Parts: sequence; structure tokens; C-alpha cells
Amino acid sequence: MYRIRFHGRGGQGMKTASRMLGSAFFAEGFEVQDAPRYGAERRGAPIFAYVRADRAPINERGIIRQPDLVIVADDSLVAVPAAGVLGGMTSDTVLLINSHESPDTWRHRLNAQSTILVLPEPFEPEDHAELPYAGAACAGAAAQLLGVIPWASMEQALRHELAELAPAVIETNVTRARTAFERMEPHRGCVREGRAVSAADYVPPNWVEVPFEAARISAPAIHAPATSVEVKTGLWRTLRPVIDYDRCSRCWWVCSSFCPDSAINVDAAGRPEIDYDHCKGCMICVAQCPPHAIETIPEHDAQAAEGGKE
Amino acid sequence: MSRQLLTGNGAAAWGARLARVDYVPAFPITPQTEIIETLAAWLETDTMDGRLVTLESEHSMITAAGAAAATGVRVFTATSSQGLLYAMEMIYTVAGWRAPFVMINVSRGLAAPITLESDHNDIMAARDAGCLQIHCATCQEVLDSTLMAYRIAEDERIRLPVIVNMDGFYLSFTREPVELPTVEEANGFLPPFDAENVVFRASAPTSQAVAVLGGSPYSYFRYEHHLAVLKGNEVYDEVAAEFAERFGRRHEAVEAYRSEDAELLFVMTGSFATKAREAVDRLRDSGVGIGLLRPRLLRPFPETRLRELLAGKQAVAVIDQNLSMGKGGVMHAELASALYGQPDMPPILASFVGGLGGRNISAEEFFEIAKVLQTAVAEGKTPPPRLLYTRDELREMRKLQAVAQVEREELGGGR
Repeated sequence: MYRIRFHGRGGQGMKTASRMLGSAFFAEGFEVQDAPRYGAERRGAPIFAYVRADRAPINERGIIRQPDLVIVADDSLVAVPAAGVLGGMTSDTVLLINSHESPDTWRHRLNAQSTILVLPEPFEPEDHAELPYAGAACAGAAAQLLGVIPWASMEQALRHELAELAPAVIETNVTRARTAFERMEPHRGCVREGRAVSAADYVPPNWVEVPFEAARISAPAIHAPATSVEVKTGLWRTLRPVIDYDRCSRCWWVCSSFCPDSAINVDAAGRPEIDYDHCKGCMICVAQCPPHAIETIPEHDAQAAEGGKE
Repeated sequence: MSRQLLTGNGAAAWGARLARVDYVPAFPITPQTEIIETLAAWLETDTMDGRLVTLESEHSMITAAGAAAATGVRVFTATSSQGLLYAMEMIYTVAGWRAPFVMINVSRGLAAPITLESDHNDIMAARDAGCLQIHCATCQEVLDSTLMAYRIAEDERIRLPVIVNMDGFYLSFTREPVELPTVEEANGFLPPFDAENVVFRASAPTSQAVAVLGGSPYSYFRYEHHLAVLKGNEVYDEVAAEFAERFGRRHEAVEAYRSEDAELLFVMTGSFATKAREAVDRLRDSGVGIGLLRPRLLRPFPETRLRELLAGKQAVAVIDQNLSMGKGGVMHAELASALYGQPDMPPILASFVGGLGGRNISAEEFFEIAKVLQTAVAEGKTPPPRLLYTRDELREMRKLQAVAQVEREELGGGR
């Protein structure tokens, strides 16, 4: 059985990517299971989707713990523990990252025995509206790495899944997927089907007796205000708003009032400051600022610039 | 018949469409909403006939479903979790009206703490409401069971609501290959609703669901309701046999997988039972004589069938994806009551609770449960109930409690 996990952010098309790949497998006569996984989060939050494909009916179910192929649409997720990108990877797993960094850098960084590949044409978008195309590229690359899905089936699956979109959008998706498919040609079929866990030789679950604890411990309560501050929702951001203080009119309320996450603080002098730990990059402030003093910068570029300063 | 990839929610919507439902009272709730969205899109584009009305709550939605069914039209509705609980007063009520309709419940754990992910405490809460319940393990079953449910609900011997249950996420949002019957095939199996005496005309008023005092007439009506649910065993088998004949897919009231020559058995419901099926295959590979029993019918509880299938077996592990606080796994207790005192029943009936709030049950855990059963057989002693929960999970919980500053409470501070 093939077990594939796609990691991305809400809005990057990982659910669609899993469906494209699932439909392509299905067209090739495989039994298929594909599913997205997300909570109550919004655009930008880490999400993942998974695909199982086998020649026999599939009884496995739920999250893939030991993937044969992991695809990461956004390399900033690797460092986010909640994203669980590296979960269950072994030396047999192939990891494909959309990244500006080289495979060697990632190998060194992760100290991983896995095969690590990088999508050679990173699709870091100039235009935010292009973000969803990440899904098509990831699906196209996956089809090639698996080696059992010819391009014709992939293209057909992609057109089937996107049928409700405008023709131009579909064509762009097809082009992105095709480019990624072709770029992965040297690695065709490098993903191997994983085996089922053996009942003769397994690591037993380390079950524990859950102890009785009084309600003051065991009730689902949070005993302090503002603990959500510790959740760095700024990690969800793919675009960063940056204030140009030369143009800011110190109106002291427009951007901070509209910010849905209260992530813009204004001091007594009316100077706004963005809390990047919690700004999710919704860009409402950019749209609302009367003197157009807030710019949009791709998060990756912003981080690279910061890195350069160090 | 065509084979295509559908989610559980998509399969449910197709079931309603192929059943040619007249009326869909609706209210959104995760993870069910896709069902009514899909139906709404079809109804709006005249892809299917019928009427969808969004009500102001699940309580009103079930009232509308029961009222419409009581006028003799075919009704479909769907809910989940908190919605099912909010509707509960009316679920009991409309079942008492003997109003036949089909409801999908997409199982999701109950608050508090609130969650979005799946377990069976929601559907178990409707256990005593007087509806029949069919529990699905695959997306195909969701579609097939919806069609079967109309046949059962509308049968003159039954005339009751039937709830078709599927797990949130693991079926609702998961695509699998589903054989989709053609309209003609579906029509051949499910004729139009013959409302018989379930009709409402202004020219011929009737009073349904009257008030009774004194206990005696009440007892009669309630016991007749109970007998009708029990009759579901027989009607279910007839409908399943005809379904198998027409579509080639046999959905027994209790799925028995490699159970015939098994000494040990897993018993569980829902989509995680396919994981148990996989574990059975792997355990068989290494020489463990184990099988799986999966009740699809939970109301009526298929006691006779379960006794037949369990006769002469050595040990059973009931894996409940629910928890009755102060008692334990619900199905374990139900099975115990069905087996106790009967001849030749397995001496070991062990209880495991797992998969609460969507928590995974790993292959290794199924293997370990089999090992616990083997030990129990060797020692001749039923083990104590076990929550499937690992040391790592408890450690993770301690981290969350640290973030929640639980230790401040423990030390008596923070006030």
C-alpha cells in the first residue's frame, strides 16, 4: 500500500492535492482513500491531507502514522511542532519540500535518513492569489515520484477535481502540475510501497492507568488569563504587513480597530506596532489604512531579510 | 451502477437523492453540513425534486421532520453531536408518533470539553429514543444503509424513524470508492412511500400523539413501540437479503469477519472496525485465531444473532468508542446482558474503551488487546476494563496542564 501525506497551510490546496492524487490512483485501478484533516482553524493554519492507495481493498483508516511519501508545500511548517510534518518518517520515507533551501541543507538540518527532495522551482508566489496552485504542483510531483501514475491520468484527475473552476485557472493548474511532474523525472518511482505492521513483531503500546485526580486538577479549565498568547499564531502567516512610519498618519485607531486578532498595539503617541507573534497575515490592516502606509511583503522574503541582519 | 470516489457525506446525500426524498428540514453542524449543502445545491439547480428548509434549530428540524413524515411524505434530515442532543426532546416525541423518516447522524464527541472529532457518545445518547439505528463502517455502507433505512422505516410493521450513523472525519470527510446505483436500480429497490394510513388531509382531520394519563394506555403504547423496534430484526434481515440480491452487497445485521473458526473475537461498531478487520488479518498471519463481530444494527440490538455467533468462543474484547460515566463502555454492558445466563457463552468478556474524541486506535493496540485476551483465557479471568491511553499521551496532557497553569490550583494559589 502507498501512504502519502500532504502538509500545507489552510488555503494552499492540500485537500485538493490529495483529491487529485486520489482520483489519479483510482483511474489507474487502485483502491483509494483520501481525506483532509483540520480543526476549527482558518486560512494559514497548518493542515494536512492524506492518501492511501492499494491494489486490494483498504481497511486501514485515519491519520497515516508511517508515510512512504511526505510532501510539504510550505517549508516554514517544518519548524511548527503542531504541524507534525516529520511524524513517523523513517529511512524508507521520501520527503519532498517546496523550499528555497537545498536538499543537503534540509538533510543536515533535520539530521534525517530519509530521501529528501526539493521542488526545484519553488512556487513562492509573487501574487497572493497564486497560492492555491501549490496543490497542483505538489500533486504533479507526487505522481512522478510514485512512478505508477502516468501524466495522462494525472491531468485527467486534475481536470476532474477542478471542473467547477474557470478554464484559465484550470490551465494554470495543469501547467504547474505538469512542470512539477517533469522536474521530478530523475526521481521517478523512488517511493516504495510500505508494509503493514506485523502482529508477530511489534512494539507494544505503553498503556498507562490514568490516575484519579480531583476536579481542581482534572476539570478542563485554564487557570490564568490570556494563555492563548503562548500560541504563536504568527506562524500561520504567509504574507507580512509592514508599516511605513513615514506615511503613517498616527491616526491611532484604524488599523488596530480593524485587526481581528488585536495584534496591532498603539502607544500613547499614536504609533502602531504590529505584534508579529500573533499577526496571522490576513492583510485587513493593509486594506483599511487610510494613507496606505502598510505594505505587503512575502513572509519568506521578510524572514530572509531578518536572517541577513543577524 | 458506476463506481466513483465519494465522501461519507457525499454518499449520504446521494442516498437521499436516490431515495427521491420530498422534504429535507435542515440545520448546519460540523461535520455534517456538507450533506445538506450538497442536497441544497442539487435542489436549487433542479437536479433533484423536493424542498429543503433551514429551520432555526435542530429541535425545530426534528419537529418538522416528524410532522412532515406524519403527513405521508418522504423525509430526510441529518445532524451531529450537540445538534442531536439539542433535538433530543423531539427525537423521542416523533418516534412516539410512529413517524417514519431517515436521519443521518455524523458521530462527533460531546461537550464538555468541546471537540469536533468522532466518537459514539452522541448516537448512544439516542439509544433509548425508539428509533432504529444502523451503524456504518464505510462510505459505501452509508449510501446503501440510507436506501435500506427507508424500506425499514416505512415498513407497515415498523413505521419509525431510522438513524444511519457514520463517523465524523473518518467517513464524513474521507473519500472511498462507492458503487452508485442508477436511478432505475434505486427505484426498483425502493418504491414510492406508500403512506398507508399515514396521511393528512384538511378534509379528514386526525389527532396524532394524544395525551394519556393513568399509566395503563401509556404502557400499551410504549410497549408496542418497543415491539415495533424489536420487529426491526426481522424486517432488517428481509431488506438486507433483497438488497444483496439486487446489488450484490450483503450488509448483515452483524458483520462476522473470519469469526467461524475463531476462538477470540473483537466486537466493535463504526469505521474503526475496519482497522480491527485489518488487525484480524495480521494476527491470523501470525497464527492467532481471532475474528471480528461488528453489529451494524444497534437498535434493535441483534441479540439472537450475537449469541449464535459467540456460542463456543473463548474470549471477547468489546471495544467501545463511547463511555457511560460511572459504568463504562455501553456496548460491553449491552453484550453482557445479551449473553449472561445463556448456554455455551464465552467465559471472558473484556471491556476496552478507546477512540474517544477521534483518538486513533493503532494496529499495535489491537494486537495487544488480542494478547490480553490470550492471557485472560490462560488464567481463566476477565481483565479489568482498560482505557486505551499511553504513557506518552499522559505526558502530553501534563504539558497542556502546565500551559493551563493547573499547578497554581494544586498549590492553592492564583486566587
